[in-house]
Amino acid sequence: MKPFEQHIGVCADIPINNVDTDQIIPSREMNRVSKQGLGEGLFAGWRYLYEGTEKVGENSEFVLNKPAFANTSILLSAQNFGCGSSREHAVWALRDFGIRVIIAESFGRIFKNNCARNGILAIPLAPESIRHLREQTQHDPQTCLLSVDLAQLTITTPDGNPLSFDMPTFDREMLLKGLDYIDYTLQFESDIESFIKEDSNSRPWAHL
Amino acid sequence: MQKRVSTTLFDKIWDSHVVKSLPDGSALVYLDRVFLHERTGSVALESLKAADHAVKNPRHAFATMDHIVDTLPGRGDKTLMPGGENYIRTMRRASNEANLTLFDIHHQDHGIAHLISAEQAITLPGLVVACPDSHTCTLGALGAIGWGIGTSDCEHALATQTLRGTKPKQMRVCFEGDLPPGVTAKDMILHLIAKYTASGAAGHAVEFAGSTIEHLPLEARFTLCNMAVEFSAFTGIIAPDQVVFDYLQNRNYAPKGELWEKAEAHWRELKSDSDAVFDREIVIKSEAIAPTITWGTSPQHAIPVDGKVPALNEAVDENERAAMKVALDYMGLNPGQPIEGLPIQGAFIGSCTNSRLSDLRAAASILNNHRVAPGVRAICTPGSAQVKRAAEQEGLDQIFLEAGFEWREPGCSLCFFAGGESFGIEERVITSTNRNFRGRQGRKTRSHLASPAAVAASAIAGEIVDVRKVNGR
Ligand code: SF4
Repeated sequence: MKPFEQHIGVCADIPINNVDTDQIIPSREMNRVSKQGLGEGLFAGWRYLYEGTEKVGENSEFVLNKPAFANTSILLSAQNFGCGSSREHAVWALRDFGIRVIIAESFGRIFKNNCARNGILAIPLAPESIRHLREQTQHDPQTCLLSVDLAQLTITTPDGNPLSFDMPTFDREMLLKGLDYIDYTLQFESDIESFIKEDSNSRPWAHL
Repeated sequence: MQKRVSTTLFDKIWDSHVVKSLPDGSALVYLDRVFLHERTGSVALESLKAADHAVKNPRHAFATMDHIVDTLPGRGDKTLMPGGENYIRTMRRASNEANLTLFDIHHQDHGIAHLISAEQAITLPGLVVACPDSHTCTLGALGAIGWGIGTSDCEHALATQTLRGTKPKQMRVCFEGDLPPGVTAKDMILHLIAKYTASGAAGHAVEFAGSTIEHLPLEARFTLCNMAVEFSAFTGIIAPDQVVFDYLQNRNYAPKGELWEKAEAHWRELKSDSDAVFDREIVIKSEAIAPTITWGTSPQHAIPVDGKVPALNEAVDENERAAMKVALDYMGLNPGQPIEGLPIQGAFIGSCTNSRLSDLRAAASILNNHRVAPGVRAICTPGSAQVKRAAEQEGLDQIFLEAGFEWREPGCSLCFFAGGESFGIEERVITSTNRNFRGRQGRKTRSHLASPAAVAASAIAGEIVDVRKVNGR
């Protein structure tokens, strides 16, 4: 995984609660056994126009299709972003599309974890702070960029004021260093082995 | 003497699985079982192999084909979903290579992961079981921690037999008293989510307790725990009791003989101490719950079936109002309109929420000697091969077929649209599933979540009806 330090980018707003992972990538767009190339399916139900179930063009009303939001890499939303299905395809689609940061009032638990595993920052912020970010950026998104600094844990708005945010220490470390989760855990392999040994004695029925 | 620290059921299981506490407050937690399905498991196994990691304990890893496989009679590897065959074949090859136990399409015990994990007693009380599927919480009904994860974490689970996690906060939801006639576990959970919102339990593991739960049959407990994730809970769990032990004894992977005795003695201790402290407690009077149905596109958009779609000004929060407006528009409904009497074009009974024998019996008792209204496409998909066989032995398949329902092979089926089969555009569907998200059952399909009995009654009427008015007819 590429280390994440700082990111500056265009920010688009999807100001509704409970944007679920079925919206982020509909099941029908998950048509390959791979983590790559899913960006095309991102928000497919909103991004494209359909005749029946056939895509017939782009929906110019959808925020990410508007020229003012070209090259969006930061999303703003409301409560419970990424709730619903555990599909990590939602995060792979966001990553493939170029999204690096998502700022919302809260996130679906599995979605938030999936973001951390794939180098996307999912940042929970209070509604007032999100409103502030919105006011600072949405009137002129191509000029009014947000700057997100993971080392400093700050988001800086175009007026130069930094807002601070929280990130679990471990996720932050892993993201900053671009480390692999499995390799990290395997350093505790002997702990795992001795746990299993003891546990097979105390709970033999749980071991097949 | 040191004071005994009171612990909850969730604490007891979680704490006994901690391999190592880590400096940031998280822990490496041992996993007793990992269960995969072809949609997310195939990617996990492939990517694990690409990274040169082996599956640490294949004896504790299981797999099924439920999501992508078709449920039409005579099905095989080919699917209506474009590219689906590739998922199925990859899953079969990858799980054989890794030596997992696979419940393949024609296996006599095939079915939806969360059903067969219980039927086979792969999940037992006190275990921690992980599956790359958000509805793994279903298994909390057996007194286990069902941990829904993403694909990356699933790779971690397979490679290390552990997950890294921070213990969630804890909530207890007590349902007290008797359920009114016609009210089911599905109505209980929709009622709870409507009242406390779809993010109401965010950051919490939820223990369901109270006198209603104690008297609830096991299959209804599965329904309840299944939808804990729609409440944003880390998981849902119920203290295991005699009902659970009776269910598990003699099942395929259950311990036998002396080992069973030992296990059962241990399981009897698995309950929250009487003075255990929860971060949040909710008490619900069960007698106040009505048959409940969703009107919108989030499970929190639920109302009593004799109620009205809410007026927009009743939602305080502006983002919620925006979400409700989008939902009303999608569902083709107006604020303040009654939900009863809305014409339907589809009816679906199935999914890990409500596709067990008691669900099919409840629906069949209403369908008996009736026919589905003209213009309604009605489908029943038993959740597992075992359920299907048992239902057929009782002749339930005949009741469904004679009523005009399709009778399917087990799988997730029309619980979700994966590019293959679906309900139609702007069709209104009453469904026993767990998600009414936009596009979940087809492009622009309008899904209303309800109990299997409500689905059956509405299918006959051709419109959404109050099941209380047809019960005992
Ligand atoms: S039945 Fe539906 S909710 Fe359950 S596992 Fe399958 S797709 Fe998911």
